[in-house]
Amino acid sequence: MSLPPFQVLIDSHGAVVHRFLVASVGPIDADDCFQEVWIAALRAYPELRSDDNLRGWLLKIAQRKAIDAHRAAGRRPAPAESLPEIPVPPGEPIDGEPRLWAHVRALPEKQRMAVFLRSVADLEYAEVSAALDCSEDAARRNVHEGLKRLREELAR
Amino acid sequence: MSEVDRQLRNAVRESRHGGPSQRALDELAARAEREGLIDVAYGQADSPFGPLTVATTDAGLVLLAYPELSIDDVLERLAREISPRVLAAPRRVDPIRRELDEYFEGRRREFDQPVDWRLVHGGFFEAILRATAELGYGETVSYREIAERAGNVKAVRAAGNGLGSNPVPIVVPCHRVVATGGGLGGYTGGVERKQQLLALEGSLAA
Repeated sequence: MSLPPFQVLIDSHGAVVHRFLVASVGPIDADDCFQEVWIAALRAYPELRSDDNLRGWLLKIAQRKAIDAHRAAGRRPAPAESLPEIPVPPGEPIDGEPRLWAHVRALPEKQRMAVFLRSVADLEYAEVSAALDCSEDAARRNVHEGLKRLREELAR
Repeated sequence: MSEVDRQLRNAVRESRHGGPSQRALDELAARAEREGLIDVAYGQADSPFGPLTVATTDAGLVLLAYPELSIDDVLERLAREISPRVLAAPRRVDPIRRELDEYFEGRRREFDQPVDWRLVHGGFFEAILRATAELGYGETVSYREIAERAGNVKAVRAAGNGLGSNPVPIVVPCHRVVATGGGLGGYTGGVERKQQLLALEGSLAA
């Protein structure tokens, strides 16, 4: 196995990682978070044992960094070992961004990830489940629940 | 497609934040460099032949590729043979870019940047290329002569192969090794380029 040049990863997956971060932490913190994600990836890269699903690997790192950013901002209580499931109030959209992002950010962590990966990043359910370390069924359920909640929020 | 799906897609499209800004990418490269996480840095240098891809490691210039080589192939090779931590970092290649500019303008006669020899495989190939690196501006020698300087006067064909595998042409001046009897001999970048480089150095009528 030979890993692709790291620059190719940035070129191919930089946009999706950035969009994920905008949806997760908002456009203001996204740039800092983006740097953290790629620096962490670059550190770990030579030790990576498989070149399968590099995008999923990157999005998993992005998910961790987004959670770190949430914790740093003290936006939600964060149990040490599990993903926080408590939604935060949507708050106001930031400088002209689509209103939807504020609602996406307010979804519980797993739903937010699942909705983003499936509907924004266009991943297959198998890839979503790999990125989230859950079963394909759980991935489907989280996408379904997340979209349902968004639909309700938007109908208000 | 559901209404929410459609809105999500529109939100992505309309968002001014549809991807990282150039500034974010530049800052990332700068930080990776500061933290010593770039094993191979690459960028482009101008030349009369078109843009050259140049790559450096901590040890020095490791690869110089003529424009017709696909950048993807070049990066793949660097990742495979050195390290997958290959990043575009134009600042890191500034010194060699400046030296190449001066060389092509006729203001520089030798390169000060060190060469990293790790893409040279085989002891004799390395001996050939190190002997070649000693050739002065405008000086030309035969394949037999360079084989002799590398320690094996009989290995003329191997010398040619060694020169053909030169990962850093121009800087390690394999164009200064020419055929006896008036011909130029071969050149990886095409014999017209060999001719042009020799003409630049004044060792051949243009």
